Amino acid sequence: MQRRVLPGFGLTLGFALMYLGLIILLPLAATFVKTAGLSWEQFWSTVTSPRVVASYKLTFGTSFYAALFNVPMGVILAWVLVRYQFPGRRFMDALVDLPFALPTAVAGIALTSIYAKTGWFGQWLEPMGIKVAYTQVGVWVALTFIGLPFVVRTVQPILEELEPELEEAAATLGATRLQTIRRVVIPALLPAIITGFALAFARAVGEYGSVVFISGNMPMKTEITPLLIITKLEQYDYAGATALAVVMLLVSFALLLVIQLVQRYLFRSRA
Amino acid sequence: MAGHASTLTYVAQHHRRRSIEDPLWLKVLLIAIAVGFVSLFLVVPLLSVFVEALRKGVGAYFSAFVDPDTKSAVKLTLLAAAIAVPANLVFGLAASWAIAKFEFPGKSILTTLIDLPFAVSPVISGLVYVLLFGAQGWWGPWLMDHDIRIIFAVPGIVLATVFVTFPFVARELIPLMQAQGKDEELAALTLGASGWQTFRRVTLPNVKWALFYGVILCNARAMGEFGAVSVVSGHIRGETNTVPLHVEILYNEYQTQAAFAVASLLTVLALVTLVLKSLIEWKHAKSVAAASASTTRQFATK
Repeated sequence: MQRRVLPGFGLTLGFALMYLGLIILLPLAATFVKTAGLSWEQFWSTVTSPRVVASYKLTFGTSFYAALFNVPMGVILAWVLVRYQFPGRRFMDALVDLPFALPTAVAGIALTSIYAKTGWFGQWLEPMGIKVAYTQVGVWVALTFIGLPFVVRTVQPILEELEPELEEAAATLGATRLQTIRRVVIPALLPAIITGFALAFARAVGEYGSVVFISGNMPMKTEITPLLIITKLEQYDYAGATALAVVMLLVSFALLLVIQLVQRYLFRSRA
Repeated sequence: MAGHASTLTYVAQHHRRRSIEDPLWLKVLLIAIAVGFVSLFLVVPLLSVFVEALRKGVGAYFSAFVDPDTKSAVKLTLLAAAIAVPANLVFGLAASWAIAKFEFPGKSILTTLIDLPFAVSPVISGLVYVLLFGAQGWWGPWLMDHDIRIIFAVPGIVLATVFVTFPFVARELIPLMQAQGKDEELAALTLGASGWQTFRRVTLPNVKWALFYGVILCNARAMGEFGAVSVVSGHIRGETNTVPLHVEILYNEYQTQAAFAVASLLTVLALVTLVLKSLIEWKHAKSVAAASASTTRQFATK
């Protein structure tokens, strides 16, 4: 007797591989091949010029602080959404995904108008000596907005599945609520928290649309690396743009790898 | 007896609830922080779009849409989405069919590669096509000889849009179809259905909500993409400007009110996307639960 198997394997896999190869892999590979045309000295001097290094510091620094700020905020949001009942909870839950749904250019001009000198927040902050728009603080605000959903959405499902019995047991054994949270809840959430942080950081590093409006784009001060790539392209410096792109791609891939390794380690040690 | 037992259960549960319940002050504090954070970072920017758009009254608001450049930007955005979304939908169905229903070596690498575009900066997603098809690119000279324009033209915009929205449908379908297995399909085949009938009558109805979910997210990103499209567009008014790029041009020309009026279109699109997404999450929790649970799992294996 012949066992019937599902048809279409060759067709679907073949199509998927071809499409993936043509749309994603070939263009990405072209970027690396293009850099190979540069000599090592050319490449190195491009990716370590002072203006470029200043952009790395800004991009990676503000991305780090934005993702870091989203950790406590994201955990509190997830906790409130999962554990408490209050009016407007579902509305808040849906709204958390706004940074995923709102086009980045719209976020960019909206944040800029709020924090500009005459804006809703700017008119109060500037007299106090706090400038946000067209400064590094503005870049941080935009990256915090962009990274907001990540920690919430990684922690939320883990918190939903967390057995109340665990916390109950801790309480029965005499732990205070604070001890229970520190010793039982936080460790259970830790892999999700680290994942959320890393995803928010990775997203922020490549972000362009929401940042370029509020940053003011001053060389050496508020110029992010993705913008520098565009600047070089507009000056027809293809080699320079490609060199920067390769650096950023390598960082992104390294981040992916780190996320994968951290997760594997953390989830295995818990299993 | 039964009543007694249920009273005991109630007391036990009640006791348990209380032992892990947060005190009222803490609840109020945490909700206040959450509401404050969400208001400051999400609600205020959202409101500001509409307030700025209506600053000069309803007449000025609607006059922004009469502008022929706005109209052509809307058309181009709709065109790009109308190509990118179906293309990635077909890919998503093909990839999830192969990955979820069959075993083959390299499967986990393929799943990781599908998510790759999410890890790439939008600017680079545009740049890669410039390096292939631009004037100085690999195939640039050949394309020029044959009078084919890809970069600074519509095909480039479509390609960049396809790139950035690539994973959306596939990543919703793969975990759900993996969870559903292939028993139902095998049963349909045994009963004499053809492969195509099985797919259309069995698989498709099983995944339709996850499919719709992926499509609305894919569409939102396709219509709102800025960085990738910005690199390949060339910003030719009335020709290669999408709606987000048109917003940028208006804003940089200090036509702030008009910029926000056009931006409000995209904001409404984002809000509709969020409403549909939430409705699916509430009404068809099971279909997208696999995807959302696997989001965590995917993060775990990523």
